[in-house]
Amino acid sequence: MSSPPVPSIGLRRLAGRMLAAAAALTIGLAASSAQAQETFRVGIVTFLSGPAAESFGVPARHGAEFLIEQLNRGAAPAPYNQVGFGGMRIEPIIVDENGGATKQVQELRNLYQRENVDAVVGYISSGDCLAVAPVAEELKKFLILFDCGTPRIFEDASYRYVFRTSAHATQDNVALARYMRARNINAGTFSMINQDYAWGQDSRSDFVAAMQQLYPQATANADLLPKFGAGQYGTEISALARANSNVIYSSLWGGDLQAFILQGAPRGVFQRSQLVLSAADHVLQPLGERMPNGTIIGARGAYGLMSADTPLNRWFFDGYSQARGGVYPVQAAYRVTQALLGLKAAVEKAMAANGGKKPTPEQLADALRGLEWDSPGGLIQMKLGNGHQAIQTMAIGRTRWDAARRQVVIEDIQRFAAECVNPPANMRSQDWIKAGFPGAKCDTPGN
Amino acid sequence: MQLALTILMDGLIYASWLFVVALGLTLVFGVLKILNIAHGSLYAIGAYVAASMVTLFASWGLGGHFALIAMLLAAIGVALVMGPLMERYLLRLFYGRDEVVLLLVTYALFLILEDAVKLIWGVNPYYVSEPYQLFGNVAFASLFYVGYDFALIGLAVVCGIAVWFALNRTRSGKVVLAVIFSREMSASMGVNVDKVHMIAFTLGIFLAALGGAFTAPMISVQPGISVSVIIVSFAVIIIGGLGSIEGAAIGAVIVGLARAAAVHLMPEAELFSIYLVMAAVLIFRPEGLFQRAAARKI
Amino acid sequence: MSRTVLVLVAAGLMAALLLIGLALPRWLLFLVTLAASHGIVSVGILVIMRGGLVSFGQGLVFAIGGYAAALSFTQLGITDVIVLILIGTAAAALVGAAVGPLLARYTGIFFGMLTLALSMVAYGVLIKSPAVGGSDGFNIPRGTLFGVRLEGAGGDYALYALAILVTGIAATAVALHTRSARGLMTRAIHGNGLRVEYLGTSVQSVMAINFTIAAALGGLGGALTIVALGHIEPTFAFWTQSGEFVFVAILAGSHSVTAVFIASLALELVRSFSNLYFPNTWQMALGLFLLAIILFLPAGIGSLWAGRRKASPSSGGETP
Repeated sequence: MSSPPVPSIGLRRLAGRMLAAAAALTIGLAASSAQAQETFRVGIVTFLSGPAAESFGVPARHGAEFLIEQLNRGAAPAPYNQVGFGGMRIEPIIVDENGGATKQVQELRNLYQRENVDAVVGYISSGDCLAVAPVAEELKKFLILFDCGTPRIFEDASYRYVFRTSAHATQDNVALARYMRARNINAGTFSMINQDYAWGQDSRSDFVAAMQQLYPQATANADLLPKFGAGQYGTEISALARANSNVIYSSLWGGDLQAFILQGAPRGVFQRSQLVLSAADHVLQPLGERMPNGTIIGARGAYGLMSADTPLNRWFFDGYSQARGGVYPVQAAYRVTQALLGLKAAVEKAMAANGGKKPTPEQLADALRGLEWDSPGGLIQMKLGNGHQAIQTMAIGRTRWDAARRQVVIEDIQRFAAECVNPPANMRSQDWIKAGFPGAKCDTPGN
Repeated sequence: MQLALTILMDGLIYASWLFVVALGLTLVFGVLKILNIAHGSLYAIGAYVAASMVTLFASWGLGGHFALIAMLLAAIGVALVMGPLMERYLLRLFYGRDEVVLLLVTYALFLILEDAVKLIWGVNPYYVSEPYQLFGNVAFASLFYVGYDFALIGLAVVCGIAVWFALNRTRSGKVVLAVIFSREMSASMGVNVDKVHMIAFTLGIFLAALGGAFTAPMISVQPGISVSVIIVSFAVIIIGGLGSIEGAAIGAVIVGLARAAAVHLMPEAELFSIYLVMAAVLIFRPEGLFQRAAARKI
Repeated sequence: MSRTVLVLVAAGLMAALLLIGLALPRWLLFLVTLAASHGIVSVGILVIMRGGLVSFGQGLVFAIGGYAAALSFTQLGITDVIVLILIGTAAAALVGAAVGPLLARYTGIFFGMLTLALSMVAYGVLIKSPAVGGSDGFNIPRGTLFGVRLEGAGGDYALYALAILVTGIAATAVALHTRSARGLMTRAIHGNGLRVEYLGTSVQSVMAINFTIAAALGGLGGALTIVALGHIEPTFAFWTQSGEFVFVAILAGSHSVTAVFIASLALELVRSFSNLYFPNTWQMALGLFLLAIILFLPAGIGSLWAGRRKASPSSGGETP
């Protein structure tokens, strides 16, 4: 294929670089000042409107803005203390993910071909991730998917230029079932309520499969599939109350989850059944004391209140909270942060190999493949999908309203090593769960 | 038997919420011949303003049942501000245009209001869950229900009767009916059609905002709540017959019961139960259940 | 405009667009490709709209065309994009021919709402079908044209050229049809269906045929879209997608088929740039743009050049 970039841009860049080099020679400065002139443009695609804005999209935006601001000032702790990406200023271009996959494909092309971004970090919706991945591949441009959950992306296809820097959704439900087993939660009968689209359907089947392994005697009662954005759950709550199971499982999120809890709590269903939520950390701050005590929740990683106490995490957690007026970071903010830190690590690794030039998409891809780096949420390892799909530590805990601190706290936290709750490289997630988690390494506790 | 009672009760609770919103939609369509997509946005604005008002009242020490008054005032306020504004300065520019053009104008309005709400209230969720506990819990068919849900059924009945009575038993109501049947005729008889339009539209907005305001305690008020309301309330008034109050009531009950039956008996069908009912009704009654005989124009 | 002139003008226009395409940047090529493949669906709506009906369910045939083409690729291994487009068109036309007679007896908003209900049922069924990827949909690799795989800059141009030619030819055919005796009958039905019945023509059969034509165009648009986009998902049948097709048809007005493509392109451009420059308020920008067009160009974008000539329509039968 002929190389598509508009030649004038390349010439301008080349000229700029030559000028800078000449300047560096005359003034006698190191090459780093030449890089300081250059910027690294990152397209950031996240929900700014629509139902996913409040819970994921905007926290991710805030996380990205906080991190980029810190990196551009060189204020992040080691090993991320170099300014920007390898001395290049980071210039974010933020785009709204709302509007469907067709629009995302167009906007991704526009970001690469019109806005000339060097990399794109984005996408919360699995459908969007699935649709944009082959586009980046076709254009031979660098793309990091930072949040979406479906395992299909690297299990159904393989890519050279596309990466996902957070674990897929399998670990959410495997860890949840393992936690219940470890705590001997009575789950002889369980009911489920999940949204009727891919996230809800996939979470449901992962959970059922994991329960069949860990609670072979358990029977499923109500199996509810309200539509996405239903808002009114009175009928579903009646059905759950009638079923009266030991456990109620749900993968609801955002406004749907909040409405479900607000409507279910007064009717006593969460007192009679143990509520188990696969991705609920983001509703704890908004719900506050309305969150039922003792709910078992996951956060899609060791994030927020369930994160490990490391210097890097303390810096991120405190810095973000301060920047956001006391609101602490939740899953989406962590996930975009680990994606940008991964990108930084890859850029700097590639620059070390190519003599300090801005890396090409190929060099970036080679640098990120199989890479490991520290993030506020723990160690990220690109171990699946031929080094394109991350695995990471997972955590589950129980909520309690702390009246003195006026916030929901999480207790009884258990962390799971990445390889305990993720399939090995050569297996599909569903097959792995159904085969009884072969090769899972659970003896070493996650850090 | 117990299951049947549960389905009935769940269906009626859902129907009551739906009816209030759909009533406004059908009224606006009846008088102005506009199928208002922005109705959903006004529902959302009602919820937001109610959330702000209840909080404001609480800060004045007016908690408890005063919250209900705050919610009612929120709906009235939204209607009085948005109704005349939208009708006089926007929709009126497009009167006489095709029904579909008007539909698209309201769609454009929906897009604008969607972002306007975000500019005013941001993306963070608002809660007003206190009123939801006001009426305690009620045991019914061996299940616990929230008293507030029953209060909502009462609210729906009151709204329905009030609108029906106002239209059919008062003089100004009959003027509105006259405009519904023939705009030109009423105008030539000396009816101030412009005024009727504005009043009917404002009343429709009020019902949308009321629906939003009284739903606010049961949900987290945040972006995106407008979309799901639109299609389902469209379905209700299509099933019932456009512009008909009885139709909106029957349509809401049918949709509510169909959905409740689906959730209890066949949860996997919940997603399209409403559309199946709508298609089925239209196949047998092409203009909805309560169709009005229209003069054939030859 | 006589038929010969019309065909010549259309051919000239297509040739010009093919030349212009050589100079366009790739992102714009792709944007025009999608605008054309969406525009042709709106042309179908225009065909129905001339008879006074508006379908709010064109997403249904759009999705049928798209899924038929996409599944032919992934399941049957058919990679030639022209064959895929023909399959999509045929599949949607078949469905249109089957549903058309049923829908033909509906009038006004009820026609719109029934089509909407049908498309939403299809949406629900697709979401519940893991075999075709459920709500996430699935990807379609790049196809081939005469045995050559369409990739890179050349592939983008080939798809652009294909979109221009296929939609151009289809739109010309529609323009010719509207000038035929049957096509003019549709206008008469819009004026007064009952009179047309008394003149001995079956309104239902005319409308059923129109619906089938619209369905074929919808399927064509769907197949072309998935070939360019490389992805399909149930939102193809969602009501917002159908609404967008109607929006473009209204923006364009019923005067000119060309205007539909211009409206479609304008919508894509406004959305794309407002999304970038006002990421927080792009919906508002889009809404204001739409309001402005409806307000200042009441007869649609087409009235800018085709309006006055037909300002006194022969279908003056609006009076009771």
